[in-house]
Formats: sequence, C-alpha cells, structure tokens
Amino acid sequence: MRKLSVTPLFLLLIILQGCASSTLRGTGDLGVVIERAAGSIQVVETTGHTRLGQITGLGDLSHASVNYSRDERYAYIFGRDGGLTKVDLLEMRIVKRVMQSGNSIGGAISQDGKLIAVANYTPGGVKVFDAATLELVADIPSLDDNGKPSKVIGLVDAPGNRFVWSLFEAGEIWVGDLRDPAKPAVTKFKQVGKEPYDAMITADGRYYLAGLFGEDGLALLDLWNMEAGVKRVLNGYGKGEQKLPVYKMPHLEGWAATGNELLVPAVGRHEVLVIDQNTWKEVGRIPVHGQPVFVIARPDNRQVWVNFAFPNNDTVQVIDVQSRAIVKTLKPGKAVLHMEFTPRGEQIWVSVRDEDRVDIFDSETFIKVGELGADKPSGIFFTPRAHRIGL
Amino acid sequence: MGTYEPALARRAELLNLIRQDCGSCHGMKLTGGLGLPLTPDMLRGKSPEALQQTILYGRGGTPMPPWAPFMTEAEAGWIVETLLKGLP
Repeated sequence: MRKLSVTPLFLLLIILQGCASSTLRGTGDLGVVIERAAGSIQVVETTGHTRLGQITGLGDLSHASVNYSRDERYAYIFGRDGGLTKVDLLEMRIVKRVMQSGNSIGGAISQDGKLIAVANYTPGGVKVFDAATLELVADIPSLDDNGKPSKVIGLVDAPGNRFVWSLFEAGEIWVGDLRDPAKPAVTKFKQVGKEPYDAMITADGRYYLAGLFGEDGLALLDLWNMEAGVKRVLNGYGKGEQKLPVYKMPHLEGWAATGNELLVPAVGRHEVLVIDQNTWKEVGRIPVHGQPVFVIARPDNRQVWVNFAFPNNDTVQVIDVQSRAIVKTLKPGKAVLHMEFTPRGEQIWVSVRDEDRVDIFDSETFIKVGELGADKPSGIFFTPRAHRIGL
Repeated sequence: MGTYEPALARRAELLNLIRQDCGSCHGMKLTGGLGLPLTPDMLRGKSPEALQQTILYGRGGTPMPPWAPFMTEAEAGWIVETLLKGLP
C-alpha cells in the first residue's frame, strides 16, 4: 500500500500489469479448481503449479463439473443450482451466465463444439444451449410412458453430434441426435435396469455404460450397433453378499478403460471390479480401502488412482494395472474429493476439501511436489478434456 | 429429543457432516440431489422420531445409508431439530 503514495511508481505498476495481461499464452496447461462452498473457481496452470486467478459469483458449486470449448479458452461450469456459466480463462471473467433449471448435475459439449447439453434433476430433462451465446436451442423433457419426470444422470457426448443420458427413476437410456439442433431425434431404450445412477462412455465413443444402484449390474449400449439394444453385463456380480452402506455415490465419468480392461467401482463393496472389454465379463476384483468413488486411469493406463467415500475419504490408493496390486496408499488429508492427471500423466492434482488444499503428486515416485491453497476444493478439470470424447 | 445440545467442537463437526456428507446426495444447501431435499419446508409435518430413525438406521430400498456408526441417538435427534429449523 505504501506505493500508492508514490504516484509515478503506481502508474508504472498499472502499465506493467497491463502489459502482463496482454502477453500471449496458450491454454493447454490451464485448468479449473472448483471451490464448492464459496461458489468460486480458481484458474490454475500445471506447468508452474500456480493460481492465475479466481472468479467468483458462480452460485452453488457443490457437485459442479466443467467442459471446455475446443479452443480450450472457455470453460462451461455446471452448478448444482442449475446455473450454467461460461468463463473466459484468458480474460479471467464470466462471459455469460444463465439459470437453466432448479437443480442440475452436469453437462457435455457436442462433437462439433457448438452445443452444450445440461442434465437436470429438477424438473428433469436435458436442455441444449448454443455454446457461443448460451441461447436455448432444444429442451428435451425426461418423461416416461406415464408422463412422470425422471432425474437425468450420466449425460455424455458421443460421435455424430449425439448426446447419451440415463433416466434414474424410469431406468431408461436415451440417445439424442442433435445434428439438427432444432429437431432433436431421440432414441429411447427402456427397462435397462433399476436406478442408473451414473454412466460413462469409453474413450473411443463406442460403448455407453450405466451403473445401476438398484441392482448389481451395468447397462451397456453399443453405439455402433444400436439396433442390438441395451445389454445387461455383470449381472448379479455380488450375489449372496451383504452390501455395505454407500456414504457417497461412485462417479463413473472417470472409469478407467485400460486397453482391454475396464476398471469400475463396485457399489456397496470395497472393491474395484475388472471387466474384460471383449466379453464384458468380470475377470477380477481388487480389494481396496473403502467404497471407491473415482477410479481414474493415468493417461498411459499403467496406473489407476482411487479415492473413497466417507468415512474412508482421507485416503488415495494407486493400483498397478499390470499386476492389479496396490502399489501405494497415500493419506493426503480429510475429504479427498477428486483427482486429475496432468495432460500426459507425470503428475496428479488431488483436492482435499477439509484441508482447504490441492496437493500435487509425482505419479511415479508418489512424492508430493506442490500444493495450492483453495477454499473447500472439489472438482479439478484440466483443459485437455476439451479433446476427449465423454469428458 | 429436544434438550440435547452437542459441545461446540462436536457441533461444528456435525454441521460440517450435514453440509458436506449429507450434502453429497441431498445437496450442499440441502435443496436435493439424488436424495430428497432436506429443507424445513420439505420436512415440516414429518415425525421427528421417524426422521431420527432414518438418519440412524437408513432407509431400506433406497440409497440412504445408516449413520449410527458415526453419531449417538441424541446427536441424530439434534440433527433433525437443526434441519427442521434450517441450517444456521
């Protein structure tokens, strides 16, 4: 503050700041850290482990998620309260913000980058927006045959400018073809299983898998052979076993597809399931520290990192995919909520909510190489997601 | 139920548990998620004893798990009162 009294120096500072903000830079090493309670986000960069800025006023960001424009300049942030906010990572400002529903769970960006779809709990349904202007272009309610609305979960993008999502109460999977956004063509698959709670699409955009809470099993849709319908896989994988209580629902977005195998969190069991992607049969189970929440593969698929539900959420475990052995157990602190690898996976960022911190680990040595303060951090999203199907 | 008040530190823990961990399913502001909203409006008219039982032992046929391993009956009762009044 002393410098304020020295007017020429103060002016010089302003001029220098102006220069700094107009310096050209790319966005490939940028990312967003959600500060869920404060309703703010941090814009971070992974090369020097620094915070570039903070943007506030984004509403209720509990369970917030982020998609990126294909130029990796804009972040679309989906808030719990139905807010959809478009943020400019370079100018560090909100470009546009719309309240598009009462309660939403996440979104997806279309293959061509022109559409943003949002999955809603209240009143249910999918709303599709113009990615440039956030004008509403399509509204697809999630009514079942009896006219009853369902919560929409597991919304992902798929090749062909399609979106795929599931209906929690109705137990359906819908595929929406948005090549003509004014006339969405929706294909519905009914009775796919009880209470699909989250879903993912494989990195090649071919297989859509919905986890079922109401029963043991997964619903699988092969988007290359839609006429074959939805198949049930891993049916009754825990038959005869007592289910453990689930204090936080697993997330399936980060399901690890490691070449021929898919690693998924079991529900109500402290295990990671290994599925053979050719036969869609269970080929192994890996006992872990608690109810897995995120099961995330390193970009080279050699390792999988797992975090856990309450009350085991102070721990992260690393599975070596080749041997299926746990090679490391880390205790970053209370309430580890999310993990995100750097673009090629040499490091991983871990949000530790109750410690108000993001920890950065070397993924080879497991040594902590940095940390950033953050207010109750939850999701961490890096810009390379812009170029990955389903993220 | 009705007279119990947890010690200050425990009170903070329980409030954090409500916001963050109940909030995983019911929303951080308890306005609902995969689980129902737990706002005073939503809960009004429901039996506090039944709500306390739901917290402690879960609700069969739904994802609601039992929280008895992490709190006493009195603490669950205090949580019900807190929810009925609205979070501070």
